[in-house]
Amino acid sequence: MAEEYWRWTESRWTNPDIDWKKGDIITGGVDVGSVSSQAVVFVDGQLYCYGNTRTGSNSPDSAHKAMGLAMEDTGMSLDDLQYTVGTGYGRVNVPFGTRAITEIACHARGANFMYGPTVKTVLDMGGQDCKAIHCDPRGKVTNFLMNDKCAAGTGRGMEVFADLLQVPITQIGELSLQVEKEPPPVSSTCVVFAKSEASSLLREGWPKEKVIAAYCSAMAHRVVTLLERIGVEEDFAITGGIAKNVGVVGRIEKELGITALKPKIDTQIAGAVGAALFGDALVKKERKKG
Amino acid sequence: MIANYGYKDGSGDYFIAIDTDRCDGCGACVPVCPNSVFMVMDEDPNDPMREEPVAVVADDQRKKIKYACAQCKPGGERMPLPCVVACPVDAITHSW
Amino acid sequence: MYTAGIDVGAKTVKIVVTQDGKIVDRQIVSAGQDAQAAIEEAWQSLDTPIADIGLIVATGSGRKSTKRAKGYVTEVAAAAKGAQKTQPEVRTVVDVGAEEGRAIRIDENGKVVDFAINEKCAAGAGAFTEAMARALEVDLPTLAAMSLKSTGNVAMNAQCAVFAESELVTLVHSNTPKQDMAKAIHDAISDRIVSMVRRVGMAEKVMLIGGVALNDGFVASLANDLETSVIVPQDPQLVSAFGAAILGEEGNYAESLSETME
Repeated sequence: MAEEYWRWTESRWTNPDIDWKKGDIITGGVDVGSVSSQAVVFVDGQLYCYGNTRTGSNSPDSAHKAMGLAMEDTGMSLDDLQYTVGTGYGRVNVPFGTRAITEIACHARGANFMYGPTVKTVLDMGGQDCKAIHCDPRGKVTNFLMNDKCAAGTGRGMEVFADLLQVPITQIGELSLQVEKEPPPVSSTCVVFAKSEASSLLREGWPKEKVIAAYCSAMAHRVVTLLERIGVEEDFAITGGIAKNVGVVGRIEKELGITALKPKIDTQIAGAVGAALFGDALVKKERKKG
Repeated sequence: MIANYGYKDGSGDYFIAIDTDRCDGCGACVPVCPNSVFMVMDEDPNDPMREEPVAVVADDQRKKIKYACAQCKPGGERMPLPCVVACPVDAITHSW
Repeated sequence: MYTAGIDVGAKTVKIVVTQDGKIVDRQIVSAGQDAQAAIEEAWQSLDTPIADIGLIVATGSGRKSTKRAKGYVTEVAAAAKGAQKTQPEVRTVVDVGAEEGRAIRIDENGKVVDFAINEKCAAGAGAFTEAMARALEVDLPTLAAMSLKSTGNVAMNAQCAVFAESELVTLVHSNTPKQDMAKAIHDAISDRIVSMVRRVGMAEKVMLIGGVALNDGFVASLANDLETSVIVPQDPQLVSAFGAAILGEEGNYAESLSETME
């Protein structure tokens, strides 16, 4: 059963303090990525519920699945959403979406909600992309850079290693910290070449934690050079799946000499949160006009 | 906002930055590029609240920008880039 | 007295022994995990005794592993010389190996006019087609044959070998015919190689060398993209080693390794 080392845990959550039926503005946000999909519902500017699942073979189904998971046991249905914004790679294919907005804008908005208005720099390490974003206190983007061409620095890159080493991806971060002395990073940033290098290292007798530490180190360095292209201003926050990997996060913080803000909410939902908040703003805008 | 379009891979960093605070969507950059790298959109995909049109790097060129721009960046002596020259407000810069 | 050129690549070690500009012996050995051992094996399996070889010139990404070489040349120089010596009308050399791709333009004397290298990114080299073949669970010759049978026109969006694998999974889910996927794979890598060629400017005749030249599907996609016929010599993987040997005969090599490193 343990063949699927890349499999991270799907999850959902409902806010016990909110009765959505008493809400005035109810909006949905759906982030359909290449690897994972998240859906959130906001009630009057507060996070009500969310679902986080693996993206399936097509975007519309994945959008439904994520929102279905978010709404599980809440008694809510799609008809209760006044406005839904789709984001991510599959944003134009959200069947119940009112509008699509790119993940850059949504991640800035989402990070602003999740970490507060002091956030100036957001690093999002997603399934198949890596983004560096500067935002202002309202969560508006002032500078951004996204790399979705190359697997290095993305979740898929980490999944490749989890498979190679046969370690469940949720344990990779912890394992990488179990080295006595930090090994030199693997030399290549290309995941394909790094994988061959790692195979040779394993054959030479390197223990798993050492190989994993070397790869986390290479990934952290690569991400930092990308970030430094637009600069890092505190406060600094990390979102996305790899934000849950303590091995990569720790090494990034060490190289930057900056500590990232501690997340209180699942870091993978940032895009969907931002999307739902845009929905909220757009509903208010429409009401003012009408 | 500074919008950086492009990528980083094993061989290097390749980004075109468009300063959207300066850009007003005039479109001068579009026809001068031999590979149709630029296009003007009525709505800025990265700034839903923006009212003006804006220039972006076309989605189908974004991940191949090193190759798309190669024509204007030969190994030898480089002439000023046509897109940079055409922009009346200096909104375009290349990272390589 | 013979001259030998040794090309230590990422996947294979190639040796070509020449005398007066003609090939008299050759060998290809898998590089495996131990480059030194593979190199020794290659020397030992030659018909020519090493003692009869007067000069050894090394090239390839692993040339620092050779102990016997007295001279060194860059891959670009070796590929250019080898191609032009094999076919004097060649003016553009496309060299695609396991981990690196190169486009080189040469003049009528075989002198390098301009070159472009695709390195450190698997998407621009043989590692890409290998990864894709593994993902589809076929061997490379089968993948090549399948692509030649395609009548469809599917294009890959991903520019990365890892993402391309995920994209293949999506295509499989939408029941895309295998031949069309195979062709999409070869078109994708050919697209990247052709961009490199355009960067140096294409001039007829065009020759394709390196291990990936053995892939008929790739050759077809390349010829189609370039809109011209592409010459594939016999034993395309040996051309750079041949070029190194000829440069040895001409006395055109560096005596220290560092002079050839970038």
